[in-house]
Amino acid sequence: MLPLLRAEVVEKRKFVTEQELLDLYSIGQCTPGIISINVATYIGYQQKKIWGAVATTLGIVLPSVIIITLLASVLQKFTDNRYVAYAFAGIRVCVAALIADVVYDLAKKNLNNYFAATIFITAMILLVWLDVSAVLLVLLAGMVALAAGEIKRIRK
Amino acid sequence: MTYLLLWAEFFKIGLFAIGGGLVTVPFLFDLTDRYDWFSKAELTNMIAVSESTPGPIGVNMATFAGFNAAGVMGGIIATFGLVLPSVIIMIMVAKMMSKYSCNVRVHNVLSGIRPAVLALILYAGLQVAKISITGSLEILVFVGLLMMMRLWKQSPIVYLCLAAIIGIVLKL
Repeated sequence: MLPLLRAEVVEKRKFVTEQELLDLYSIGQCTPGIISINVATYIGYQQKKIWGAVATTLGIVLPSVIIITLLASVLQKFTDNRYVAYAFAGIRVCVAALIADVVYDLAKKNLNNYFAATIFITAMILLVWLDVSAVLLVLLAGMVALAAGEIKRIRK
Repeated sequence: MTYLLLWAEFFKIGLFAIGGGLVTVPFLFDLTDRYDWFSKAELTNMIAVSESTPGPIGVNMATFAGFNAAGVMGGIIATFGLVLPSVIIMIMVAKMMSKYSCNVRVHNVLSGIRPAVLALILYAGLQVAKISITGSLEILVFVGLLMMMRLWKQSPIVYLCLAAIIGIVLKL
């Protein structure tokens, strides 16, 4: 996503500078929501206020909505076919492998200190044994980390 | 009523799914426990389709999930719900300060959320594994594909196509 964005909004249209885009990307990462939508909304607002934000957000969402709607309606007609079912059984194994691949990369990048490892293990326990919802888990983890940070600062 | 529920649920996902890529997946698995909009197997198929089409995965997932639950309008409403928190929050961020940066507190909160999100994705992965890896043949395919991903970096669509062919040939 980032290289594509840079080619369009920095080099071709000059909406933002290279550094602004990088800053924007890190802001997008620490605000709720999907990064690419956050970046699109911000650039739109900067250029033409509310309607600019609406326009860029619609722009980034529309291809997905059209392509997926078409694809979904076609797929629905073929799910009863035996060979399509075999193909999807293979594809589902592949999705499990893709997630394992992502988890491995993310773990290497994020689980590099005791605090992160403790949160990760506690979260796994809460998920597997107590069936905590995703929303509650994100809230809990955020609050614990905020509290831990404040305690550390007071001690200093 | 389904439309309103779809909108509310995806608004919540838009608010709490922080990051990119697969972060929306665990939230969608939560939905399978509470609504009969789609099954876990259908959701796994959706991940494959979302990974192999252009556009952010989260948006693709929302459209697909909404469509499965309530047709074309469902897809549009779910996507609208998903992006609304982003739009509101980013406009506020842009308004409040032209030079907003992640301050210390935001940074601290995120340092806790990132490992929790990792746990969520791993847990979703375990659920996918439970419904897809049903025999020893599947275990072999899983290990083979994972090794390929580690040693030969390609776009996900390459592995997904290969897996579809393997599925047909082996009659999985």
